[in-house]
Amino acid sequence: MHRFANPGRFSRLADKILPWTALGATGSIAIGLYLALFGSPPDYQQGDTVRIMYVHVPSAWMSLFIYVVIALASASSLIWRHPLADLVARGASPLGAAFAFLTLVTGSLWGEPMWGTWWQWDARMTSMLVLFFLYLGHMALMNAFEDRARGYRAAAILALVGVVNIPIIKFSVDWWTTLHQPASVVRLDGPTIDPSLLWPLLVMALGFKLYFFTLLLMSIKSELLAARVRALQSAKLRMASRAEPSQ
Amino acid sequence: MSLFLRQISRELRLAFRQRADLMLVVLFFALVAALFPFAIGPHSNLLIRIAPGVLWVAAMLSVLLSIERLFLADYEDGTLDLLVIGPLPLELLILAKTLVNWVTTALPLIIATPVVSVIYGLSGEAVGWLMLAMLLGTPSLSLTGAIGAALTLGTRRGGILIPLLVLPLYVPTLIFGALGAESALAGLSATPYFLLLGAITLVMLFVAPLAAAAALRQAVE
Repeated sequence: MHRFANPGRFSRLADKILPWTALGATGSIAIGLYLALFGSPPDYQQGDTVRIMYVHVPSAWMSLFIYVVIALASASSLIWRHPLADLVARGASPLGAAFAFLTLVTGSLWGEPMWGTWWQWDARMTSMLVLFFLYLGHMALMNAFEDRARGYRAAAILALVGVVNIPIIKFSVDWWTTLHQPASVVRLDGPTIDPSLLWPLLVMALGFKLYFFTLLLMSIKSELLAARVRALQSAKLRMASRAEPSQ
Repeated sequence: MSLFLRQISRELRLAFRQRADLMLVVLFFALVAALFPFAIGPHSNLLIRIAPGVLWVAAMLSVLLSIERLFLADYEDGTLDLLVIGPLPLELLILAKTLVNWVTTALPLIIATPVVSVIYGLSGEAVGWLMLAMLLGTPSLSLTGAIGAALTLGTRRGGILIPLLVLPLYVPTLIFGALGAESALAGLSATPYFLLLGAITLVMLFVAPLAAAAALRQAVE
């Protein structure tokens, strides 16, 4: 793993991988969208609104997956001080927030025709909302310091505290809503989903994952370049101040 | 151990030097609690129904208000640098500070709860259950807040950042705290909620000193 701490080596590898992930993401999202919009039958109850699921469910999976990525990156940043781990956390956090937001928005758009309400204090929605706030806090803390390295480390600690807390939050929210409104919730994992609906979903999920990796690699690459630009600029300033010593 | 006690006595002395500040937090708690009836209207059934939740939210905001100062004064005048290299383990230092913070902010709130809940018309029994729930739950508020306070040292605007970091983590305590008091009110068994509140406090008792110590170390580096 430490072989890729070298920014040049990492960038060269990323350049080799990037076209494939980008191509895979575009391809599988295109196929997935075709299957989702034209190739799959409408649900016998929900009609065409079920097609929202093909964006909603993969986004929800991604928003959870990305938090795990951030937690692993944070741990390796704190334990091994791996220089790329901070950049992974930095690049992944806005993506996770975006997927969580997409989940909430599509869920809301889906809930309106199905439940007749934009928002329901359902356990899953509530815990997704809390997750969204955790992402926002993580991003805010990361950018709150003058010194970037401090922001990375503080955000890493916060991400690990969040990992301990997420199960507790999830559990408490489940308990909270099951007491207040039992079994009124549309469940996605209800009667085993039909293969004609499952396949587009899985293709979309693959596309979303590749899309995430593409954007993550691009963000790490651009952060590395930005760091190099900063280093060159400060070197230039140092040279200039040496050339004309201040009196 | 004597170092730990000495640290506690230092923090207590510092806290009691500004007795007026201690009263301010209680005042804030009472004012927040008194605002809700104005917003909702004086319907006594509704007020009794929302009282446990409102008092919990008011307590959380009051704790948040005081938690920002937890490490800030020591950080700004350099005391924290000495405390970090001092003989007392940083985790114990954080425990001492958090304990004193709890004694000087959360405990007065719990003591003030019977007085404040008069305006909601809660029965004596309900107040008792609510106070018990707060006694079990508020330590986790102080502990989680300590993580937030330690993480935001040296930021440009810690005061706004801390609620953003800490409030999502307060959700379980709020849920179980309010549910515990409510179900005791409704004559149901509140034991599971009280056990869960205690469990959350115990988990935070373990997690918070570790996380806050890591945060303090990188803050004074």
